[in-house]
Amino acid sequence: MSLELRAITKRFGSVVANDTISLSVGPGEIHGLLGENGAGKSTLVKILSGFITRDHGEIELDGTKLHLLSPNEAVANGIGILHQEPLVFLPFSVVDNFLIGSPKEYGHAEAYEALSRISEQFGFDLNPDVSASNLSIGERQQLEIARLLWLGARVLILDEPTTAISSTQREKLFATIRDLAGDGMSVIFVSHKLEEVQELCDRVTILREGKIAASVDLPSPVEYLVSKMFGTGVLPQTRRAKVNGSSLLELVNASASEQPGQIIDANLAVTRGQVIGLAGLEGAGQRTLLRAMAGFVPFTEGSFRVQSAEISELDYLDRLGLGFYYLPADRQREGLVNGLSITEHVALSVTDQSKVIDWNVARSEAARRIDKFSIKGTVESTPESLSGGNQQRLLLALMPEAPLLLLMEHPTRGLDIESATWVWSYLLTLSESGTSIIFSSSDLEELTTYSDQIAIFFSGRIIDQVDASEATVEELGLLIGGVRQR
Amino acid sequence: MNALQQTKYFAGAITISLVVSIFFLWLVEAPLVDTAKLLVEGAFGTNQRIGDTFMIWVPLLLASASLVVTFSAGLWNIGVEGQIVAGAVAASFVAREVQGSTAVVLTLMVIGGFVGGALWGLLVGVLRVRGGVNEIFGGIGLNFVATGLIVYLVIGPWSRDGVASTGGTEPFGPQAWFPTIDGLRVSPLALIIAFVALVSVMFLLSKTHFGLRLRATGKNSLAANRFGIATSRYLLMAFIIGGGIAGLAGVTQAGAVYHRLVPSISGGYGFLAILIVLLARFRGLWVIPIALFFATIAMASFQWQLRLGLHSALGGVIQGVLVLSIVLVMGYQEGRQHREQSNIRGNTAL
Repeated sequence: MSLELRAITKRFGSVVANDTISLSVGPGEIHGLLGENGAGKSTLVKILSGFITRDHGEIELDGTKLHLLSPNEAVANGIGILHQEPLVFLPFSVVDNFLIGSPKEYGHAEAYEALSRISEQFGFDLNPDVSASNLSIGERQQLEIARLLWLGARVLILDEPTTAISSTQREKLFATIRDLAGDGMSVIFVSHKLEEVQELCDRVTILREGKIAASVDLPSPVEYLVSKMFGTGVLPQTRRAKVNGSSLLELVNASASEQPGQIIDANLAVTRGQVIGLAGLEGAGQRTLLRAMAGFVPFTEGSFRVQSAEISELDYLDRLGLGFYYLPADRQREGLVNGLSITEHVALSVTDQSKVIDWNVARSEAARRIDKFSIKGTVESTPESLSGGNQQRLLLALMPEAPLLLLMEHPTRGLDIESATWVWSYLLTLSESGTSIIFSSSDLEELTTYSDQIAIFFSGRIIDQVDASEATVEELGLLIGGVRQR
Repeated sequence: MNALQQTKYFAGAITISLVVSIFFLWLVEAPLVDTAKLLVEGAFGTNQRIGDTFMIWVPLLLASASLVVTFSAGLWNIGVEGQIVAGAVAASFVAREVQGSTAVVLTLMVIGGFVGGALWGLLVGVLRVRGGVNEIFGGIGLNFVATGLIVYLVIGPWSRDGVASTGGTEPFGPQAWFPTIDGLRVSPLALIIAFVALVSVMFLLSKTHFGLRLRATGKNSLAANRFGIATSRYLLMAFIIGGGIAGLAGVTQAGAVYHRLVPSISGGYGFLAILIVLLARFRGLWVIPIALFFATIAMASFQWQLRLGLHSALGGVIQGVLVLSIVLVMGYQEGRQHREQSNIRGNTAL
């Protein structure tokens, strides 16, 4: 079995989710597909599973070109996908789940026989008669793998399969994958977890912002892989003088958890005007920390003090009142209101207590901000008609003039260089006037260039905090990959 | 999307609904010319009929105004029927219990009916915001409860002396009757209340901070929250205001149409108003002519049945066809617009 992808391209509006992706997986090969959220992994998996169709490019399985216009076609051609959430019908029995989607001529007898044969071969312990709702996630994955094999899968694609399973289940899953590869199956293992790809795969393709950033044999040095996953931008180097502001906030032994993500025992001190970068693999805790500081996720332990006042009990709206401001990575879903014009956004953002809106004032204020923030749009433009860079400018334009603390996820993700440069020059002006900024990023150069301090996350913990002026990209790669602590 | 294109789509939708309606008329062997003539004559042929048409217009305007508020907040307030009933029950309570001049009694009926509808709406809202019950299910459930309540009142505590029938309560005293012009059944006061409510809703949504925040909550509650809007509170306010205005429809139905409480007091106008508001694309101004047209068809179907022997359901069929065609065409237009927009953006740099 060998799978060959040639120049797969898929765009969604202005976003090129997959940009001429080529890769080949030979028989018996376990091929890792690694990348941060939004790098284009899911799009590629959806194309291979027939859920969406590619704009350009070719897919070849054992020398035969495939069209893959529907999930049925993918299954019929022997492409089996194990989805992040196994597709199991919970009220049905294991054997009924096993039968779903199989050709009509098979009945229960064949299903029982095949299920026990495959289970035995891979050491699965699946009772065909129990309800699927009694199975753990790991067992549901086994059921799904068994089903895909019975349907004749020749290529197996596993999409983030370890997200919800225990470490013993993971060991079992990895053993199964190795067995399958040993039998000559081609396997694609999709993940954002570096250590798992290192452990399991023969070769890895790293995606970043829709493009292939690297394709190398494993094992390979962690810092190299991290630097490829994170990439290094082309942002101008503008190192600035160290700030020596007064203390603003203090996080002591703080823990919080959400689905997915957690922080454990985090300590962080921030002074006025300081810029703190949060570095780590996706899901290592940076996002949870930002959201907990903003007030969306409660701290379960520890204390969070701002200018010596304990504020961990305050909710988001209270913290807004204190001068906090949060800018999300998903600007259209969480930041802006599609369908409302820029003028209406401006009217929304003002804290004017009058009941009736003076639309003339709002329009001229909107025009002033469009001009000041160089937004390419009119007062009547709606967010969905703006590019990513202009959406980010609009979000900044809607922010109160000088917030006390700005919490930002991926300030420049998806932005063109001009917008990214503009955004940072604006942010640095803010910090000089006293705003403290905490931001997460998956761009190592963004982190080293604009932060004063970089906090490094690994598995929910802040494992180190380094002075950005002394940090090198290589060293950060090692720390982020969890290879060593300083 | 420019105005010309929009008009073209709209004309297309009207054409589709005309063709389908004519097909149905042909199917039931209705004389087309007479049916069309009776549409106008049935609703506007005599002063009396004009009055009756306006009488139906009133609850449609009020229920639509109510739904414009809740739709703007992103809510499917199917419970509007129950809110009309609650308003009617509250107004009937006032009419039965309060003695005084017409001005005092009517004022209290209006206030009481608003409060009754608002509380009934608030129930749906609390179920949604605190209990996580979708407003569609909460609304349907409370519609049944409201119907049960009204039947209970009519055959129980408020039944006519010696009669246990679902026909209705005793008529209200004359001080609880909305004034009418001689010979017409529509009350100008009810019509004024309907227009004041609708214009207030339009003003609230387009000119005030409250309305803007409500609309933002309806379009994207997560982002609205990021702007510091306490979205749950705004959802509850939408149910209170929407419920209250629906309650006013109950007030006019009880005080200006039936002059007593009857089990069918809402007349299904709440459900009809959902169609009107969908057709009006949630805009208050468009509600006025569309509600009038729906009242016209409702009136015409009486005449169709009376004079041509057509089934009374035909009016409903035509209203349904109209809404389906418009919703269909608008859905198609939006899909196309969306595709065009992504194409345009796809061709420019980020």
